[in-house]
Amino acid sequence: MYILYYIAISVMAFRLKKMASNTDIYDQWRRWFNLSWIIWIIFVAVDSSTGNTGSNIVGWVLLLAILRFLTNNSDFKPFRFYIDAHYPLLAVGLIDILSELINRPFYKKWEHFYLLAMLAAFGWIYMRWLSSKKQRDELEKANRRNTELDRLVMERTAELTRQRNELQETVKLLQATQAQLIQQEKLASLGELTAGIAHEIQNPLNFVNNFSEVSMELIDEMEEELNKGDTEEAIAIATDIKQNLEKIIHHGKRADGIVKGMLQHSRSAGDVKEPTDVNKLADEYLRLSYHGLRAKDKSFNAELITQFDEGMPQVSMVAQDIGRVLLNLFNNAFYAVNQKKKTQGGDYKPTVSVTTSAANGWMVILVKDNGIGIPNEIREKIMQPFFTTKPTGEGTGLGLSLSYDIVVKGHGGKIDITSEEGAYTQFEIRLPI
Amino acid sequence: MKILVVDDEADVQPLFLQRFRKEIREHEIELDFALSGEEALVYLQEKHSEVVLILSDINMPGMSGLELLSKIRHDYDTPPPVVMMITAYGDEENHRRAIENGANDFLTKPLDFNLLKEKLKTLFA
Repeated sequence: MYILYYIAISVMAFRLKKMASNTDIYDQWRRWFNLSWIIWIIFVAVDSSTGNTGSNIVGWVLLLAILRFLTNNSDFKPFRFYIDAHYPLLAVGLIDILSELINRPFYKKWEHFYLLAMLAAFGWIYMRWLSSKKQRDELEKANRRNTELDRLVMERTAELTRQRNELQETVKLLQATQAQLIQQEKLASLGELTAGIAHEIQNPLNFVNNFSEVSMELIDEMEEELNKGDTEEAIAIATDIKQNLEKIIHHGKRADGIVKGMLQHSRSAGDVKEPTDVNKLADEYLRLSYHGLRAKDKSFNAELITQFDEGMPQVSMVAQDIGRVLLNLFNNAFYAVNQKKKTQGGDYKPTVSVTTSAANGWMVILVKDNGIGIPNEIREKIMQPFFTTKPTGEGTGLGLSLSYDIVVKGHGGKIDITSEEGAYTQFEIRLPI
Repeated sequence: MKILVVDDEADVQPLFLQRFRKEIREHEIELDFALSGEEALVYLQEKHSEVVLILSDINMPGMSGLELLSKIRHDYDTPPPVVMMITAYGDEENHRRAIENGANDFLTKPLDFNLLKEKLKTLFA
């Protein structure tokens, strides 16, 4: 049975070689595994020179030495379960050797029990190896599955990355398109404004011309009166002329303001917040919107009611942006009353009102019309981009969505809508003062 | 001769007053003003018999000049006052509708006061 140690060493070398064959320590240790045949030379040499007992002890020591070496070497840590399975053999072997040395007759008498114990210890190694083989097979299967999963994950990740890049490109494209649309919306509303602006400029220009002409006539008359010696009348005329000149200045500035407002409206950049007279702004855009619509549809008429809080403080805002919001709301209001007038006619009096007020740190602009109202089912949608109830070509569907962006995102304000279908619509814009 | 001028622009008032300065001083003409169609109707309720000429802007918020015109034609026919319409939009559509609604004449802004005076002369000669 002394041969068992040598067999164990030899088998261990063979199995370790096999187990290590698909790990990265294999190249380093292969040489040593291959040298396992030396064990048999040692066995033959020891056995022939010292006999059974000698080869028994040498085999035991060799196994112990090799186990100690393998246990202490971290390269073989993964195979410890198998290496450790050899220790029972060593333990049984130690008892076996000591018994033989100390009490040989006893040993001889019970030799076959010692042999059985040795064989059991040897069998234990085999059992351990078998059960670990099963585990290793499972492990290997799991590893293969993991590798497969890793590969799949990598594939999917690559696919997702590609899709993400595509989406990013799409988003960029959409952003560019959106910027273009906003610009187009500005131009479209400028187009709508043009007629209103023409009217608004024509009026002050008429006054400038008329007051200039009449002043020239008055000067002639004044000369006449002076020649007649009626200085009192001449002074009265002079007062009139002065008034007229003031009117000319006033209307000249009015036209100037309208042109400046128009330029501001079309300007794409420039979102500087400045203290603004909201009443003036609302009044300006109400008129522009009204006259713009009237230029398109001359039969259209509406009563404009303005209730301006005269004590309104100047509120910091991007005037042309809030102007666009107001223009949108007024255009919608006029559209709503016009639609109602078309179906109702008769005694219906289209009315659009704008009210301003300030309280508790908020400035409030109410734009109310007694038009067709907003049906409940679309109330939620009207702020969405591209949603419009107007016929194709008449509305971009961007007006309210841009208004929302300007008021809520641009100014930290709020827009609230109250409406009753067929009765009225009211937009409430709140801006922090 | 009493003339009612209807225009939502308050500044037409000094303009008319000055343009007709001489006529007013010589009591040939008396001018009254209304800032809206509604105001004009209130004014006419009391004084329609005195007013011989109504000059009205078409383009006004609230009641338009054309509505005012048809109301005047409907409500006051003995004797029918002379109504002249004024508008900034000197287009055929408004002209046609003004005449259709019974306007006696049609003037465009900017007002040519010399032309208006001529017309007054021929109308009330």
